[in-house]
Amino acid sequence: MAKKTYRDALKEGLREEMLRDERVFLMGEDIGLNWGGAFKVTKGLAEEFGEERVRDTPISENTIAGAALGAAITGLIPVAEIMFGDLITLAMDQICNQAAKMRYMFGGQTSVPVVYRSVFGGGKNIASHHSQSLEAWFMHTPGLKIAVPAFAYDVKGLIKTAIRDPDPVMFFEHKLVYDKKEEVPDEEYLIPFGEARIRREGDDVTVWGTFQMLHKSLEVAEELAKEGISVEVIDPRTLMPLDKKTLIESVKKTGRLVLVTEETKTGATTSEIAAIVQEEAFDWLDAPIKRVNAPDTPVPFSPPLEQFFIPSGERIAEAVRSVV
Amino acid sequence: MAVSKKVLVNLYTRTLKVRLFEEKVWDLFGQNLVPGTLHLYLGQEAVAAGVTAALDKSDWIQSTHRGHGHVIAKGADMNAALAELLGKATGSCKGKGGSMHITQFDVGVLGATGVVASGIPIGVGAALSCKMRGTKEVVACFFGDGASNNGTFGESLNMAAIWSLPVVFVVENNLYAMGTPIKMMCPSIDIAERATGYCIPSIVVDGNNALEVYEAAVEAVKRAREGGGPTLIECKTYRQRGHSRFDAAKYRPPEEVEFWLNRDSVEKIKKIVIEKGALTEKDAEKIRTKLQKEVDKAGEFAVNSEYPKPKDALDDVFAEVL
Ligand SMILES: Cc1ncc(C[n+]2csc(CCOP(=O)(O)OP(=O)(O)O)c2C)c(N)n1
Ligand SMILES: [Mg+2]
Repeated sequence: MAKKTYRDALKEGLREEMLRDERVFLMGEDIGLNWGGAFKVTKGLAEEFGEERVRDTPISENTIAGAALGAAITGLIPVAEIMFGDLITLAMDQICNQAAKMRYMFGGQTSVPVVYRSVFGGGKNIASHHSQSLEAWFMHTPGLKIAVPAFAYDVKGLIKTAIRDPDPVMFFEHKLVYDKKEEVPDEEYLIPFGEARIRREGDDVTVWGTFQMLHKSLEVAEELAKEGISVEVIDPRTLMPLDKKTLIESVKKTGRLVLVTEETKTGATTSEIAAIVQEEAFDWLDAPIKRVNAPDTPVPFSPPLEQFFIPSGERIAEAVRSVV
Repeated sequence: MAVSKKVLVNLYTRTLKVRLFEEKVWDLFGQNLVPGTLHLYLGQEAVAAGVTAALDKSDWIQSTHRGHGHVIAKGADMNAALAELLGKATGSCKGKGGSMHITQFDVGVLGATGVVASGIPIGVGAALSCKMRGTKEVVACFFGDGASNNGTFGESLNMAAIWSLPVVFVVENNLYAMGTPIKMMCPSIDIAERATGYCIPSIVVDGNNALEVYEAAVEAVKRAREGGGPTLIECKTYRQRGHSRFDAAKYRPPEEVEFWLNRDSVEKIKKIVIEKGALTEKDAEKIRTKLQKEVDKAGEFAVNSEYPKPKDALDDVFAEVL
């Protein structure tokens, strides 16, 4: 077993699936020879598999999404990359009206084995069109599975599952986690959808979050342990299907819940999680559920503004302290 | 077309101003003062200069992620522009936008957008408004070769054509969209050919020659102003640097890079203007010295300006804070 970056683990997952099944191919803007993907995830794959299977496309997001869909319902398994999560807005028709509804609307006649990869999150001072976290939009679209890996081990196991899934999968990454490293096994493994992972065990407060906020929450949990607060940190790993069981059990144990994501607060994934927990574990709650999110604004450019926008470790710590 | 000496001097000055501005940005970037990413306009100055020189103050432009040059050429305040790039409170967008959103409405810039091709429909809508409000105003809508592959391009050309809108589509064909050569992504050699399908007149010009761009723009603007509808101008040009912040652009053949560096837009317009007797070498130097001073001053202003306060992040979502 070796330590690998999230980026490399993800690439390995893609590579293994391409080797295993020749129906798998990649398409997207600048994913091929000249660039290797805006975040270099696919670097080297065009060299290995050729430009047919690692296919550079024009800047045509809606048609990338739709063409991937068309290929998926006729025998191929496309992994389409939308360079930035913000740009999925341009592909919403094909993803949300077409891919998401195709199995249902046509009465189960077809599978839709397509994966849409994209990346969310701020922290790079690239402003309102390149920094958003829009995962909740897709939770609100029945028919889409949603993976939100935050760690190297998970991203590899989840991309392989995503590619083998017969339904459309939104596969979301985060800009600030590509360089994070952890142990990744050499032998093949898959991670089933709908299984959360407890990244840190604790007794006093449950923290549920995604992406970079999980990494921050783990740091905060380490700090708070010194103050005698024992924090359990849960990574859902997929939002659809959602592992309610792990979450509810944790809340029943700790009686306290803090939800942390980089999304703007209103209508975020955390809103849904809070609703679920109060429906299913109200009697076990010893304190109101706390949400730590970004304010309801676009993502600003200037460093002091963006730092204010993105939830800080301090804000997470305060929220945890406020419920114990 | 007979071009006056005054216009020639104007073309030289605009082209050079954009160049010096971008060199300053590059310099500040080198000092780690420009956060985030950066899409420099170096090499493409003649496009912005030639098009904006054909516009009136009351006309509009729609910009892109590579927008510094458009905004400066349209007459933006350089202090506010540079301060914006540095994320300062004195920036034209109060530090909320930065390089990809550099915008000054008061000089007729309708916005720089980080979403490729998203400005084209906005330019069309502004042109619709110019017409519906009964003005003679015109919109110049800039976008790249890569943008012309997005659906909004076709939809926008069609809408502008059927309603005969006063818009000039300016394709800055710098041969690449990030690392992707346009020849891989467009079956025709000229993007301009696509205009024919929408019954829009088009022209291909040397985008490194401000005079050529200007002459095409004058005709297009005249057509638009007189109710003749849209025109598409394809400007063949080239980025002198990589696509963005850390791109070394290794995917471009050295001969190609050299070919284009030898057709430098500033050198080109300088030569033309001197040959036509509008300026002497000395006059040209004087203009450069003056502009350089202005740019340096703007640099100092930007560097010495304060950053916004963190809580300013909450302002400007709506007209009133809710
Ligand atoms: C809709 C959309 N897709 C992809 C991107 C990522 N991106 C930013 S600039 C760019 C290339 C644009 O090429 P072109 O239109 O030719 O403009 P240039 O950068 O050459 O000026 C791409 C793909 C984006 N910002 N927006
Ligand atoms: Mg281009």
